[in-house]
Amino acid sequence: MIIADKKPIEEIIESIKDYSRILILGCNECVTVCEAGGKKEVGILASALRMYFLNKGKEVKIDENTLERQCDHEYLDELVDQVDNYDAIVSLACGVGVQFAAEKYRATPILPGVDTCFLGATEKRGLWTERCQACGQCILASTGGICPVSRCAKRILNGPCGGSSKGKCEINKDMDCAWQLIIDRLKALDKLDTYEELSPLKDWSTDRAGGPRKIMREDLLL
Amino acid sequence: MRLSYPSNIKIIRIPCTGKVDILHILRSFEKGADGVYVVGCMEGDCHFNSGNFRARKRVEQARKILETVGIGGDRVWMYNLSSSEGPRFAEIAVEMDKKIRDLGPNPMKLAKKKAA
Amino acid sequence: MKTKTPSKLEKILAAGHLAVTSECGPPRGSDPEVIIKKAGLIRDHVDAVNITDNQTSMTRMCSLAACIRLKLLGLEPILQMVTRDRNRIALQSDILGAASFDINNILCLSGDHQSFGDCPLGQNVHDLDSMQLLQTVHHMRDKGKFLGGDDIARPPRMFAGAAANPFADPFEIRVARLAKKIAAGAEFIQTQCIYNLDKFEKWMGQVRDRGLHEKVSILAGITPMKSVGMARYMKKRVPGMDVPDEVVKRLADTPKEKQAAEGINICVEAILRLKEVKGVKGFHVMAIEWEEKVPEIVERSGLYPRPVVD
Repeated sequence: MIIADKKPIEEIIESIKDYSRILILGCNECVTVCEAGGKKEVGILASALRMYFLNKGKEVKIDENTLERQCDHEYLDELVDQVDNYDAIVSLACGVGVQFAAEKYRATPILPGVDTCFLGATEKRGLWTERCQACGQCILASTGGICPVSRCAKRILNGPCGGSSKGKCEINKDMDCAWQLIIDRLKALDKLDTYEELSPLKDWSTDRAGGPRKIMREDLLL
Repeated sequence: MRLSYPSNIKIIRIPCTGKVDILHILRSFEKGADGVYVVGCMEGDCHFNSGNFRARKRVEQARKILETVGIGGDRVWMYNLSSSEGPRFAEIAVEMDKKIRDLGPNPMKLAKKKAA
Repeated sequence: MKTKTPSKLEKILAAGHLAVTSECGPPRGSDPEVIIKKAGLIRDHVDAVNITDNQTSMTRMCSLAACIRLKLLGLEPILQMVTRDRNRIALQSDILGAASFDINNILCLSGDHQSFGDCPLGQNVHDLDSMQLLQTVHHMRDKGKFLGGDDIARPPRMFAGAAANPFADPFEIRVARLAKKIAAGAEFIQTQCIYNLDKFEKWMGQVRDRGLHEKVSILAGITPMKSVGMARYMKKRVPGMDVPDEVVKRLADTPKEKQAAEGINICVEAILRLKEVKGVKGFHVMAIEWEEKVPEIVERSGLYPRPVVD
């Protein structure tokens, strides 16, 4: 899923200080699971902002709402009748939700309330780690199911580099060396002999390098 | 034991401090409380293993938020004691009452008055 | 023996001599005198000189410009090139730029992570990795083509090398990794600094078991320690470095004013021992900011005078 982290309240205050009717808009998907932008976080942020403005003697209306998703038209449509009641919306969805809301409600500023960080998994509550960079051409079949694009600090396709030490990455002793994991896994799968196959130059055009990406499915489009 | 403690303290009973949410603490202040403290079981004695540790984390979070928005983080505290410590309970209530009196009323109330 | 490039290093190795290379780090500024002076200190004692490419990710004068300086002075430069800072367009372009000055050696590296240097907030590129850069050099040289498929007018003629760290983890794939680099086109290898001679010899044994020593020229990496402080730093802080306790102890037991000389002794002893190891084809003496000691090390190791090849 998409992992996001809460923005500091100070930053959010700075971004909304000129508005007086504000909606805090949560999302019930990924950001709820990673506890950055779900209904609960909406409540906490709204409460904190109400106190802040009240304490400053400023009359600001702070409302709360959480949509099933902010990356689908049908859920964003639920705001159609309310959006004019607000000077600004703070979206706690990922960057996708913020933009999709902004595209739909062109006259209302939609401000981000979280930092969208990566595609990852919940290792345990309070610990999320990256697993994928959506490069557009999955190579996991040849790397023992462990991704060097997202998990090696140098994205090395023929690793490990010389900095791998005791299974850890040279840049951080708490970070696993992706290539150590790959080698361990190839061994477990009895496929270590495939390690010597050279990984060819990668086609990065399906990655960020190719510009904004689009998938069009003729079998689904009407 | 018939111990007495300050009468301005309103007790909210919960099955385990693990039930306390940051939002409960924040809403108390929004509604005009001058201070909040959470009284949990001794650390290591939680019937649900980690309820009081979760509560402590949330208290810390609430303190940070209240500090940031200008209400003051020192209005929120966490205490641990066992159910047999009645006198200690009363002692904490007095201690907490003094702490909050020293800090003065919830500044939001003053701001509200000014605005009115 | 037939050589594939005009590289002096390749010729020396092909003639069966033990090669000696060294390295110079370009300055953190634009004064060419720094590199000229460093080169002057070692020019008669080494066959070729590596110019590092923003090592440890500290921004410096570019490797290519410093290589050109050496070339103009009549030295044999080895262009170090990391894949951290350039995409495949820039890599190919710089290779051609170097070739235009007849720089005939290249060492293909991935480069230290930028978080170690002075621009930790910057992006890294890693469009290719070090093995793919080796493949690129061969593609350009042997096929005379760009990666995009077009012909290159006057293709580069570079002797291609790579680094190997016999001490990095996981040890079990260190030899397989060398085989992979050879398959990618490595013709010479410069190793990480060797202090743990036993472990290096064990690695060389495995290299010979697979016959890899006949497919690639391995130059053993040697770096003299200036002090026990440096030994401790290398042991603790430098990723992938194996400094045994006895080396640290030997320096620690030496009075401070004699530690530098003892460091040179350790280094000379290592070369004398490794000269006898089958498959070691030469030495890469990296005297970091201590270039003036290279002649002494080379002379005392019996590697002077250097052979002359045409």
